[in-house]
Amino acid sequence: MTTDMNADSYVTEDGRTIGPVVMDLKNITLRFGGVVAIKDISFDIREGEIRAIIGPNGAGKSSMLNVISGFYKPQEGEVWFRGSKRPQMRPYQVARQGLARTFQNIALFDGMTVLDNIMTGRLNKMNSNLLQQAIWKGKAEKEELENREACEKVIDFLEIQHIRKTPVGRLPYGLKKRVELARALAAEPSLLLLDEPMAGMNVEEKEDMSRFILDMNDEFGTTIALIEHDMGVVMDLSDRVVVMDYGKKIGDGTPDEVRNNQDVIDAYLGVSHD
Amino acid sequence: MAQDLATAGAFASIPELLARNVKEFGDRPAYREKEFGIWQSWTWAEAAEEIQNLALGLLALGINRGDHVAIIGRNRPAHYWAMVAAQKVGAVPVPLYQDAVVEEMEYVLDHCGARFVICGDQEQVDKVIEVQDKIHHIEHVLYYDKRGLRKYDHSHLHWYVDIQEEGRVAHARLEDDMAAREAELDYDSTCVMLYTSGTTGRPKGVVLSNRNIIESAKNSSEFDNLGVNEDILAYLPMAWVGDFIFSLGQAMWTGFCVNCPESADTLMSDLREIGPTYYFAPPRVFETQLTNVMIRMEDSGDLKYAIFHHFMDFAKGGAGEKHGMPKRKVTTQKKTLEQKIRHGFNYAMGIGFAAETIIENGIRLAFAKLRHGKNVRKHFKAKDPIGLNLYGGALKEYFKYRCGDVLVYGPLKDTLGFGRIRVGYTAGEAIGPEIFAFYRSMGINLKQLYGQTEATVFITVQPDGEVRNDTVGVPAPGVEVRIEDNGEIFYRSPGTFVEYYNNPESTADTKDPEGWVATGDAGFFDKKNGHLRIIDRAKDVGKMADGRMFAPKYVENKLKFYPDILEAVVFGNDRDMCTAFINIDLTAVGNWAERNNVAYASYQELAGHPEVVSTIQEHVETINKSVAEDEMLSGCQIHRFLILHKELDADDGEMTRTRKVRRKIVEEKYAPLIDALYGGKSEQYIETEVTYEDGRKGSINATLEIRDAAVVGNTQGMAAE
Repeated sequence: MTTDMNADSYVTEDGRTIGPVVMDLKNITLRFGGVVAIKDISFDIREGEIRAIIGPNGAGKSSMLNVISGFYKPQEGEVWFRGSKRPQMRPYQVARQGLARTFQNIALFDGMTVLDNIMTGRLNKMNSNLLQQAIWKGKAEKEELENREACEKVIDFLEIQHIRKTPVGRLPYGLKKRVELARALAAEPSLLLLDEPMAGMNVEEKEDMSRFILDMNDEFGTTIALIEHDMGVVMDLSDRVVVMDYGKKIGDGTPDEVRNNQDVIDAYLGVSHD
Repeated sequence: MAQDLATAGAFASIPELLARNVKEFGDRPAYREKEFGIWQSWTWAEAAEEIQNLALGLLALGINRGDHVAIIGRNRPAHYWAMVAAQKVGAVPVPLYQDAVVEEMEYVLDHCGARFVICGDQEQVDKVIEVQDKIHHIEHVLYYDKRGLRKYDHSHLHWYVDIQEEGRVAHARLEDDMAAREAELDYDSTCVMLYTSGTTGRPKGVVLSNRNIIESAKNSSEFDNLGVNEDILAYLPMAWVGDFIFSLGQAMWTGFCVNCPESADTLMSDLREIGPTYYFAPPRVFETQLTNVMIRMEDSGDLKYAIFHHFMDFAKGGAGEKHGMPKRKVTTQKKTLEQKIRHGFNYAMGIGFAAETIIENGIRLAFAKLRHGKNVRKHFKAKDPIGLNLYGGALKEYFKYRCGDVLVYGPLKDTLGFGRIRVGYTAGEAIGPEIFAFYRSMGINLKQLYGQTEATVFITVQPDGEVRNDTVGVPAPGVEVRIEDNGEIFYRSPGTFVEYYNNPESTADTKDPEGWVATGDAGFFDKKNGHLRIIDRAKDVGKMADGRMFAPKYVENKLKFYPDILEAVVFGNDRDMCTAFINIDLTAVGNWAERNNVAYASYQELAGHPEVVSTIQEHVETINKSVAEDEMLSGCQIHRFLILHKELDADDGEMTRTRKVRRKIVEEKYAPLIDALYGGKSEQYIETEVTYEDGRKGSINATLEIRDAAVVGNTQGMAAE
């Protein structure tokens, strides 16, 4: 590849601009009691790229995502976000910095409609008080209109107009995943974390989801970090891939580099220990 | 109202009608589209401005007179504007089917030689780009939905809105040119070119002039009293002549509002939100909705179920036709104060009269009760003396229907989105009598029409109050219809197409010098009421061995009206009797099986179940009776039939993609079965190759039971017993 990937910013083959580093994870170690979930891992995520984290089951991928989203506090190491070291934060504070995520096991409000669920993604953008909201006057009304408009754009983008008013509990799995993505997207994140966005989907749904991820990255310039098991999807979508195994980083680079990495092949295909 | 403004001819083109609408109805909504969850609307004035900007933008791109502008996309106001904009600069709009595959699109784009293509979204742009490798005359591609197109090469690709902006800027420079081109349009210049669906060979480009479109729109609008207050939902493919007439022709002529749904998936809820007053749908749509209603009623509580069926049965018994139909409302100008007062006075008097009658009757009844014993009062009622019986038959029916309206019909119509329908049409194929009766009894004025692209839709239509399930109505205003000796229907009308584009041979084959056009359908006029009845495609109508008429489609349609029967193929050409293959409907029969605890593992097993065969036999025999009533067609009664072990499938080539049976192929493929039907066997073994959806092939075999069905009287055909 002729592009210099170490430069401050470069343009990919398909014409997207990848900017400087947004999120830099330095020597992260995470322990649960005696179990070491993540062992001394460092990697970075650059502006506008699609960064995949892969690895066998139990490799610590979701833990890594939880560290990024501020849900877990690593015992060692530093998280640098947009050029400054991030102090320990509550998840909502992290969300206000422009991070949003989806969950491996769908975490939506089953009894609420799709639209209401997506509106919850805008919660950070609202600051009218309880009284104003109760009588729906002044600021609250204005805010709701603005936020509804933003949500409608997301609904249009993800093509879920037909289920706008349907309670989430009634939806099939694939659509729920899409609604969750919509909720994350409604928060207008600069960095979007997707925890297995395509788990349990059929080929067609995976294709749709891949298209949405690419479009999101393209239209809104959202930086995306995703965990995924489907190798085909990962290799097609991502600009760079981190490979984890037993809490350690065993590979990092473009899909091609990773594919030819002996450690990665061993981790995935197994290796005889004699 | 619109009708009073001018007679056709005063407006020679669609842009002229648009200018009139801006003048007359400038502030009224012309287009609505649901976008971002809200119905966005454009008034006639706003729409005209959008159209003008686009037209100027197209001029700036260098569009020539007579250029073809292909338009591919779902129903959106912007796409309708594009058609009018093309007309404004002297070009010809060519709407294409948006679900066409690349090869079909390639043929059409190549055939019409389009220099400009206006696409809805990325999907269509991708197809056009693929085609561009082979066809080099496409110069500019416009798209409306930006999504996913940012990275494309924009040297010949433009965003619709950018072009409009360009037009806005170039306003001063180009306006004269546009005005000149618009003034050149006359009644005989081309309005639109529409491609036929091409069931028989390649699609043909049907050229329709302004005369065709405007005259047809005018006549049909007047026929149904369409006015500026109508609302329609534009959801049928834009490339289809029906949509062009309803959403453009009639909308321009009468000035009513065209509503576009948010997406294909939200159609049903959008339909409900808009509540169109004028609606068109193919029978399939009505059928699906009816099935959904019935399934949901099966799941409802006992009380609701009972109420629903009680009132539906009541309405279907003729009460619906009598009391349900919407009053023929003639759109008039605003009422003057005097009229309002007079109306209010009459209304109040009416209520007073009704109250008085009820009270009076109550008093009489009370006196009657005082004076006469119960056994005597019985006779009063039976004889129905002077008002003693407050609840006369007709009145009772009326009140019962109104109750039903409150409890069942009204809410159901509302749920289906038919709450405001004044005129509804169905066409394309025959509609089942059950389905037809269901909608009509609820008070939906659903009618049938018969038409084709070459006629600018209308050949025959059913007038209000003369609606029947088995006819397609009387010739539409301005249309002459003639039946040839072989039964083929010919017509001549102001809507008769100009020509097939670049295809003089086909034009000459279809349209004779006097303007009569062959429809390719066979039919006859009902002697009693002068309504046209369609029997079949003319080429499918044959003769039986003894010379009687053989019309397979006629019998097949009758069979298909049973929910249990999905498809039927009737044989009998040049034979001494008719026989049939039948496909059961897995959903309907499966539902029956579930209810009756009939276990089955596969379609094949269910199709072979003796009880299923017996049910189908009953259906066939009922149909035989009804066919026998028709003197001309009594020879088409089915003597023997069998139920096929697999569904006829497009993947196996047995049907077209639009689900029409390919008679020839079925005949060849199942030859042993046909031999068995005519050979008098009672069962037959067959092995068939099937193609699965992923392209793999397999084979299934079965021994099929052949049954004889009872036939009625005067058939001399010898049934092989």
